Amino acid sequence: MSDAESPTNPNLNPGAQTDDFEAVEVFPESTDMDLRPGADNCYKCTACDVSCPVAEVDDEFPGPKFQGPEQWRLKRKDDEPVDDSIMSCSNCMRCDDACPSGVPLSQMHNTARGEYVEKEMDKLSREYIRNRILANYGTLAQLGSMFPRLTNAMMGNSLVQMVNEKVLGITSERDFPAFATQTFREWWNERGGPKVRSEEKRVAYFHGCYSNYNTPEVGKAMVRVFESFGYEVVVPKQRCSGTPMFANGMLEDAKRAAGINVENFSGLLNEGYDVIASCTSCSMSLRQEYPELFDIDGIKDVSEHTYEALEYLRIHENLEDELREVSVDDQSFAYHAPCHARNQGLDRQSVELFRELDGVEIEDVGDSCSGISGTYGWKEEKYDKSMQIAADMFDHMEHAQGDVGMTECPTCSMQMEHGTGYDIKHPLQLLEEALV
Amino acid sequence: MAITDDVLVIGGGIAACTAALSAAETGARVRLLAHKKSTLRQASGLVDVLGYAGDEGPFSDPYAGLDALPEDHPYHIVGEDGIRDGLRLFDEAVGDAYQGGHTDTNALVMTHGGAVKPTARYPESVAPGLASSSGDMLLVGFENLTDFDAPVAADHLTAAGVPFSVRGVTLEFPKSFRSDAKVTRFAKALDRDESVDGGTARSVLADAIDAELDGETRVGFPAMLGDDHDDEVRDELADRLGVPVFEVPTGPPSLLGLKLEDMLFDALDEAGVRISAGNPAVDFEAEDGRIETVIVDQKSRRTPYEADQIVLATGGLVGKGIDSDREHITEPVFGCHIPHPEDRYEWSEPEAFGSHAFARFGVVPDDELRPTDEDGAVQFENLRAAGGVVGGADIAREKSASGVSLSTGAVAGRLAGEEATQ
Repeated sequence: MSDAESPTNPNLNPGAQTDDFEAVEVFPESTDMDLRPGADNCYKCTACDVSCPVAEVDDEFPGPKFQGPEQWRLKRKDDEPVDDSIMSCSNCMRCDDACPSGVPLSQMHNTARGEYVEKEMDKLSREYIRNRILANYGTLAQLGSMFPRLTNAMMGNSLVQMVNEKVLGITSERDFPAFATQTFREWWNERGGPKVRSEEKRVAYFHGCYSNYNTPEVGKAMVRVFESFGYEVVVPKQRCSGTPMFANGMLEDAKRAAGINVENFSGLLNEGYDVIASCTSCSMSLRQEYPELFDIDGIKDVSEHTYEALEYLRIHENLEDELREVSVDDQSFAYHAPCHARNQGLDRQSVELFRELDGVEIEDVGDSCSGISGTYGWKEEKYDKSMQIAADMFDHMEHAQGDVGMTECPTCSMQMEHGTGYDIKHPLQLLEEALV
Repeated sequence: MAITDDVLVIGGGIAACTAALSAAETGARVRLLAHKKSTLRQASGLVDVLGYAGDEGPFSDPYAGLDALPEDHPYHIVGEDGIRDGLRLFDEAVGDAYQGGHTDTNALVMTHGGAVKPTARYPESVAPGLASSSGDMLLVGFENLTDFDAPVAADHLTAAGVPFSVRGVTLEFPKSFRSDAKVTRFAKALDRDESVDGGTARSVLADAIDAELDGETRVGFPAMLGDDHDDEVRDELADRLGVPVFEVPTGPPSLLGLKLEDMLFDALDEAGVRISAGNPAVDFEAEDGRIETVIVDQKSRRTPYEADQIVLATGGLVGKGIDSDREHITEPVFGCHIPHPEDRYEWSEPEAFGSHAFARFGVVPDDELRPTDEDGAVQFENLRAAGGVVGGADIAREKSASGVSLSTGAVAGRLAGEEATQ
């Protein structure tokens, strides 16, 4: 986590009783986040700018260093408005990983974007409405999946796609992800919830929107794999993790969703449950963005108990040995690590694990960004940039031995499929094939 | 359960990569545990072994200077064999991309400021620009690349007394970018040979330089001549100009450093080293003087990693392997002992380039590179240190940073690997 402060709780005054030192209040007391300590760490080495996939293709984008520490300093002096280029940041969070100095770049970007949207953006503008719709994909998906076949037919209709592009600014170049005929939650209820009960081994599944509405097979794989290891799996009610909301500066929406998620999951922690996510952006959000941006009861606890599914098994089970003893039908994968997996240190685990699995060839296609970054690549004006960013990844995938793609991130997988025509699997699906 | 390996190397720079490669050679199962992207991105990409010691130097033979180093210098622990082993691992890892391995002699490479420094290994693209080889030189800088001022660098080089003439010119890059464009943007334009007014990036650039050439027999650029297709870019420019072209290592973010980082990580992959990057090691659990578990802060959650042997290669003050506040110098992961004067005014000298005490701060290794405590006893039986976290070397003054990292990495990695596979 960053050196910067999380939102301060006004009731706390840390350190006040511990020594005689009397601190002088330099800045007025505030319940806002104080990013100054983090900003001061920036020594302008531009390592962040060099790692920014957007800056690489967009000459107009001033880069993470400007968006973060420089903008923060400008703002402290006068009440400067947030620069509108902040909306071009795709929230891939690569700058966090590149910074040698612990500057909380993505936290600054999220904060700045939230302020920009709140103060500068016309709430009746096409861009705002479009972004709001994209950011609230979960709500959209909920409606869409009520009549999945109808929605799928409609969204695949070229006329509808043209209207989407002209009226809303959602690119017509992409095919809308198909809604599953049965959502994960419907399947879960139909099967009657958990099949395994355990006092010791318990996980609460954060499925997120995508594996619920679009790829329930990933959620099912997650349940079956964990149950095969003797885990009791529960699936609490949940909202969107907030990732698309952060990326679009819809911090109020994100806070509402976070509040519900934290409330529904934090109670389970006392009963011995850990939180598991199958989407690396969801786990990133719960782990890092929630405590960085919001002050909600229990938020830190949830953050500290959240794991990505494969990561959890690696830590708590002897997954390597299990995989060494089994085999699957011959198959060959081109694996792409999502940026948000990279930021959690999970970018190598699938390759590392499946290399040991008999029948599987797996190759890491390198550290290029997929460029779609959730809702970013769905925006009409960003589509071309998103494809330019992805060019390296497409190239590496085509040169890789594998003819099936693999990734943990739903939108990376959309982009991989869009650019190469490959089928894309989630690591949990391969794990299910191997172990269940 | 924890994630378990034979050898766990903590760090992501030259020392850590070398230690991991060295340990992997023993047959051990090795994991590299890196936090952020390494400081290689800020480094020149040059590999120095020893240029100066005390008042002596520059050395043309780095090994000849070993005797002039202070007693507590890490080179005295690893010896000439350790240095040679580190260089061997490096040469194997980077292959043809680096030169200098054919000789024990230091090469004199120019820096972007126009100074000359003795170095043991240098990227292939730097080779034609060695100050130790002859041929008049034209240096080319660009308006937008403010890190390299070609006329100033040329003047400095001339003042340093090189036996050839040097001239610097500042040109417009054929394609105009924003005024603070990143060096990678220039590199990509040349990589892709993007179309520009009057042709393509490479051809228009070559034409502009050709018009400037006045009998010089080599042309130098800041390190920006392509990224993925750098050989192609250099070959084409040299071909069009009829003289060799070379790159001058630059400051951060350094393309040569970035490329070196990629090469080392590819070599790790090839050697079967497992890599976990993105999160810092913050804590540990020990029993009976042995480290049992290293705790990694995975976004505020603690993940355990187990290994039989540990190599600490987290870097020095810049790499954050050594931490400081106004009273203390500490090693933040294992709390290893780092001797330092109590009065912090004794940590540094008044002169900027003086012989600062802080430059030599670091853990005190025993003859197996195991950090020792105040009484000289080994702190943890299965912990070794390598690179910038090891005290005793003044790498900036000695021009020994990479050599210290390579040699201590090679020795610590080998000892750890042998111990773990016994």
